[in-house]
Amino acid sequence: MEFFFESLIEGLLLGGIYAVVAVGMTLIMGVMKIINLAHGAIMVVAMYICYALFVTLGLNPYIGIFVAMPALFGIGYLLQRYSIRRVTEVITVLPETQVLLTLAIGMALIEIMRFIFTSNYQTVPVPGVSGKTLYLGEISMNVPMIIGFVVAIGLIMGLHLFITRTDLGKSIRATAQDPDAAKYMGVNTRNVTCLTFAIGSMLAAAGACLLLPAYYLFPDVGHAFTLKAFIVTILGGMGSTVGALSGGLVLGVAESLGASYWQMGYKDVIGFVIFILVLLFLPGGLKTVIGR
Amino acid sequence: MNYFELKNVVRRFGGLVAVSNISAAIEEGEIFGLIGPNGSGKTTIFNCINNYYPTNSGEIIFKGVPIERMSTHKICEMGIGRTFQVVKPLKRLTVLENIMSGAFLRTNKVRVARDNAMKALDFCQLMERKDFLAKDLPIADKKRMEVARALATEPSLLLLDETAAGLNLKEIETMMELVKKIRTSGITCIIVEHVMKFIMGISDRVMCINFGMEIATGKPEEIAAHPEVIKAYLGEEYVTGR
Amino acid sequence: MMKRGWVTPVILGILALVIPFTLSSYYQHILILVIIWITMACAWNLLGGFAGQVSFGHALFFGLGAYGGGLLYHHWEISTWWGMIVGPVWAAVIAIPLGLITFRLRGPYFALSMLAMGEIARIIFTNWVPFSGGAVGVMISRTWGGEKLQYYFIILAICVVTLGVVALMRYSKLGFYFLSIREDQDAAEALGIPTTKYKMYALIPSAFFTGLAGAFYMNYMAYIEPRVVFNLEAVSIMMILTVMLGGAGTLWGPVLGATVYVILAEVFRTIPGIKEVHVLVFALIVVLIIMFLPDGILGEWDKIKRIFIKPKLAS
Repeated sequence: MEFFFESLIEGLLLGGIYAVVAVGMTLIMGVMKIINLAHGAIMVVAMYICYALFVTLGLNPYIGIFVAMPALFGIGYLLQRYSIRRVTEVITVLPETQVLLTLAIGMALIEIMRFIFTSNYQTVPVPGVSGKTLYLGEISMNVPMIIGFVVAIGLIMGLHLFITRTDLGKSIRATAQDPDAAKYMGVNTRNVTCLTFAIGSMLAAAGACLLLPAYYLFPDVGHAFTLKAFIVTILGGMGSTVGALSGGLVLGVAESLGASYWQMGYKDVIGFVIFILVLLFLPGGLKTVIGR
Repeated sequence: MNYFELKNVVRRFGGLVAVSNISAAIEEGEIFGLIGPNGSGKTTIFNCINNYYPTNSGEIIFKGVPIERMSTHKICEMGIGRTFQVVKPLKRLTVLENIMSGAFLRTNKVRVARDNAMKALDFCQLMERKDFLAKDLPIADKKRMEVARALATEPSLLLLDETAAGLNLKEIETMMELVKKIRTSGITCIIVEHVMKFIMGISDRVMCINFGMEIATGKPEEIAAHPEVIKAYLGEEYVTGR
Repeated sequence: MMKRGWVTPVILGILALVIPFTLSSYYQHILILVIIWITMACAWNLLGGFAGQVSFGHALFFGLGAYGGGLLYHHWEISTWWGMIVGPVWAAVIAIPLGLITFRLRGPYFALSMLAMGEIARIIFTNWVPFSGGAVGVMISRTWGGEKLQYYFIILAICVVTLGVVALMRYSKLGFYFLSIREDQDAAEALGIPTTKYKMYALIPSAFFTGLAGAFYMNYMAYIEPRVVFNLEAVSIMMILTVMLGGAGTLWGPVLGATVYVILAEVFRTIPGIKEVHVLVFALIVVLIIMFLPDGILGEWDKIKRIFIKPKLAS
C-alpha cells in the first residue's frame, strides 16, 4: 500500500512541476492562439544558463532561476516581436506555418545549446538537496521535487493573481477573448502579445530550473518537455491556470502509477494516449469540467 | 406533399434559443424571403437546414424526405445548394476551378465538370473573370462566384444568405436579375436578406422573424405594412400612423 | 497544364538515368538518399500540401514500412524484399482507422494527434521486445553488398511512380476535391464533398508511398531501429520541412526541397568546422524561409522573380 502512496505522491510532485511548465504554454495558447513548439527549447536554454552559472560561479539553480527567468523573458519577448508575429497574419498554403516556425526556432535554439555545451549529459547536483529523500512514515519523497512542487504552486498562484487582479492581466485576458475589441478599448495588442510570450517563456524557464536538480541535462531533453507541456495544456484546457494545474497533476499521477504498475518504458505512451482521448472526447479540457 | 417544409424547428445554443419553433411550407418554384432584425436567427435557420448545426428538435423535410439528420454533403447531393453570408471562396483556386469544385458533384470527368462550370460562369456573367484567383476578386464578383459555384452542383433548392450585403445599387440590381433568372430556370430559392429593395422586390412570399420566432408570413406588401414587423425593426413608436 | 512544362522533367529524367553511372559509390549513396527523400516528401505533400492536412507523425508510416520487412526477417527469416509489399500495405491499412480517429480533429490538433501516433508507435516498437526485437533493431546482410546501382534504379522507379500517382491525382477530380478541402472545409461540405472520405483518399496513398520508402530503406541500409525509422525530428518533422522549403502544394516543390535538404546536410556534414552545426544552419534556413518565403521556393517563385527581375516600368 505504501508503494501506491509513494507513486501517488511522486506523481503529484512531478505533476506540480509539469503544471508550472504548462502554465506558460497555456497562457500563450489562450491569448495568442498559437501553438508554441519552442517551449521545450526555451526550457533547455534556461537550464543551460543555470548550468553555466553553476560551473563558473558555483551558483545553484535555486539562485540561477533569478537569472534565467529574466533572461528568457527577454528572449521570449524578442522572438515574438521580431519573428513569430510576422507569421500570424500571413495566409499560407500550409495552414500550420506558425506552428512550424516555433518548431524551427526551437530546433535552432537547441542546436545552439548543443554547439556551446555539446551533447554530453550534465547534472547540476545541489548539495543538501539532490538525491536526498524525505520520509513521511514509510513513504519516501524526493527532496528536489518537493521544493520544485512548492515553488511551482507559488508561481501558479502568482500568475493567477496577476491575470485576474492587475490591469495588465485584464488586458491580456481581453486580448485572448477578442483582439479587435481589445484594440478598440485601447489595449496595445502588439505589446500584449509580446509580453504574454515573454511571461510564458519566463514561467517555462522557472519550471526548467526547478527540474534541473532532479534531472539529467542534455540538449534533446527539450523535445520531451514540449510534448509534456502540450499534453497538459490540452488536458487542462487552453488558457486556464486552474486547468494547467489540474492537468499537470493528472498527468503526473497517471505517469507515475503507470511506470510503477506497468512498465517504465511505456510511461510516455500514457501521456500520448491521454492526449488523443482528450482531443476526441473532452476537447475543452478539464477546465470545462471544473468550471473555470 | 410540400416541396420543402420546416416543422417546429428548434435550435438552442446553451441557454439561448436561437430558433424557436419555426414552421414553414415552401412551394416548388417560388422565391421565399426570410427577413428579420440582426440576430433574429435567419442564418441559424440556414445552418440547420444544411446541418452545420444539428437541430435540437423539429423536422426538415425536402421532397418528402426528412433531412434533419443527414450530413451536410449528402444534403447538397440531394439538391440543396447554399451560399454563405460571409463568402467562402476557395482562395487559391481560380474562379473556374472554384465552380468546377461544385460541378464535380455530378460527374467524375474533368472535361464534363469544366463544361458545366463554364455554363454556370456564363449564366452568372463571370466569363471575363474565369482565370482570376478567387482571393483577388472584388466582393460583388466573389458573391456571384459563390452563387455560380452553388449552381454548378445542380440544386433544385437554393439557399441564398445575404447575397446583396455589401453591394452597391447597381450590383444589387444585377444580383436581383440573376436570382430571377435562377428561378426561371426552375430552381426554388429561399433568400435571407437585409436589403429591403432586394428581398421585397423579388420574393413571392416573405417570412419575418425576430428572436428566433415567426412574426408574420405573407406577400411582401402585407409584411411591409404588418404592425409586428414594423415594431420589430423600428420599434413600437413607428407602428401608429400607418 | 502539364504539356507546357515537359522539357524540364524530360531533362531531369535523362539525367537521372545517366548520371549515376558517372558517380563514385559515395555520391551514388547521396543520390539514393535524395531519391528516398523525394519519394517521402511527395507522399507527405499529397496529404499535407494538397489536402491541407498537416501530419506531424508520418514517421509512423515510414517505420511501419521499414518494419514490414524487418519483422518478416526477425521472426521468420523471410527476405526483407517481401517487405516491399508488406510494409506499404500494412502502413496503408493501419492508416484507415487512424484517419477515422484523427480526421475528426482540425488543423493543429490533427497535426499533433498524428505526432502522438508516431511517438506511440516508436515507444511500442522500442519496448515491446518479443514483437519488434526492441531498441536494438533488425539487421540483415545486404543483397548486393556495396554495389549501389541496382538499389538506385529500384528507388528511382518507386519515386517516379509516386510522383506520377500524385500528379494524376492532382489533375483529376480527387485533386480538385483535395484543394477544396484545404481551402475551406465547410464550403467543401456545402458543395457536396464528403470531406472525411476524401481526406482518406489522400491519406492512404500518402501512407502507402511513405511506407514503400521505408521498406526500401530497410533493404538498402540493411539495418533499422525504432529510434531511427520512427524518429520525430529526423523523419516526421524533416518531411514537413523539406516540403515547406520547396513549396507545399506544388508538384515539384517536394522534389526541390528534398534535394536541397539532402545535399545541404551532406555538404555541411563533411566540411570541417561547420560539421557540428549543420542542423542549426538548416533550422535557421527554415526559420528565414518561413518568415520571408512562407510558401516555399516554388510557391513564392513569383515573389523571387520580382526581386531579381525588376519590372521594366521603373525606367
